[in-house]
Amino acid sequence: MDVQIIIDSIPQLLGGLQLTIQITVIALLIGFVCAIPLALMRVSKNPFIWMPVYGYIFFFRGTPLLVQIFLIYYGVGQFREFFQDIGLWTFFREAYFCAVLTLTLNTAAYSAELFRGGIQGVPHGEVEAARAAGMSGWLLYRRIILPKALRLTLPAYSNEVVFLFQSTSLVSIITLMDLTGVARVIVARSFDVYEIYITAGILYLVITYGILWGFKAVEHRVSGHLRERPSAEAAAGQLASETAAMR
Amino acid sequence: MLSVFDLQGYGWMLWAGLKVTLMVGVCSLVLAIIMGLLGAWGKLSRSKAAIVAANTYTTVIRGVPELLLLLIIFYGTPTLVQNVAANLGYDILLDFNPFIAGVLTLGFIYGAFATEVFRGAFLAVPKGQTEAARAIGMSPMLAFRRILLPQIWRYALPGLGNVWMVLIKATALVSVIQLDELMRMAFIAMGATKLPFSFFFIAALMYLGITIVSMLGQQRIEAWANRGVRRA
Repeated sequence: MDVQIIIDSIPQLLGGLQLTIQITVIALLIGFVCAIPLALMRVSKNPFIWMPVYGYIFFFRGTPLLVQIFLIYYGVGQFREFFQDIGLWTFFREAYFCAVLTLTLNTAAYSAELFRGGIQGVPHGEVEAARAAGMSGWLLYRRIILPKALRLTLPAYSNEVVFLFQSTSLVSIITLMDLTGVARVIVARSFDVYEIYITAGILYLVITYGILWGFKAVEHRVSGHLRERPSAEAAAGQLASETAAMR
Repeated sequence: MLSVFDLQGYGWMLWAGLKVTLMVGVCSLVLAIIMGLLGAWGKLSRSKAAIVAANTYTTVIRGVPELLLLLIIFYGTPTLVQNVAANLGYDILLDFNPFIAGVLTLGFIYGAFATEVFRGAFLAVPKGQTEAARAIGMSPMLAFRRILLPQIWRYALPGLGNVWMVLIKATALVSVIQLDELMRMAFIAMGATKLPFSFFFIAALMYLGITIVSMLGQQRIEAWANRGVRRA
């Protein structure tokens, strides 16, 4: 193992990591915004509303992400004239656009299913109480159901974020220079398989556990009212250790 | 619309690919189950070294994308073996069979997920049962085989079902290392026919078919495994 190779490759790999994070964040934000209305439609009682959404979610959860990426990136080529006519070809020609679109649709489907679970997990008593207090429709959702559902979904959603972050490595297959893409190019040029791939792997590892740690912190923050009050001894012990740390 | 499904005589390639996909999936699942049992045993053992090894295994696998792990194992292992051999004075050229590399990688990755499944299942069996088995004179191995294993399956089945569903979708990645499974066959057929959407869409439907059959199969197996359990 040659340390110099690793040091030399770090700037390039960090450049790739930047694209990885950029794609993750864009897909995550748009996916989240789409997932909430989709989840609401999914719990609707009208079959014309929930069935198409169910089909969409089922398709994106039941097929590999790689197929979805290829279906959009290569698949649109089959209908090129159509896309040229409606003026969208310039977008679909770009690997970057196709990658972000696929990842967004994918994470929206997974997140919508998670939020559906959260919405259905809201205790019935809370909904009844809100109705008794005169809330209904949108107000009920905005004030009671959605905040509770999001809090219930948070642990599972953190896994989805990690899953999406790691899935972005697939965009390297359609020529994008994300972290994996950059690593593959360096390896193809230098044959330093271990040094480069393991360095890239460590970068992924650090960000993954960073994300999980961040979500843990948020979870801790929003669940304060559910935790036991610290007992007198524990509080005293903490105080003692804090004062000890101060010295 | 029907013209989308005209595969111009290349449909057999997708069938051939589907078979390879299922083969890779099943072989990887078997390996993942073995790795999972070993990993769970490591996590629950009293040996410090085994605990550290098992924790490192699951931590690393969960933190690194599957594609990167696949590249490391497929391209890294021959290099490693050749370097070690060269240091010992041998000059060998190792060519990794993509099928074996794919199965090893997927089995290794999903073994980490199976580890968590089995760990939960081991903990779900009341400790008193193992103690009772030991008390009437069964050796640890016999107690494991007769008492623990039959019950672990039941607790592990839902989790293993999930591992299988994710694993079979992950087999698509093996196309990157040139194994002729469903995705790569669709890719080759696309090159010949210039019909990318048709082939990838039908490939997608095949994966969906596997998912649906797996879901139904999982329900039946779980019903069978729980046949002796009293329901409230």
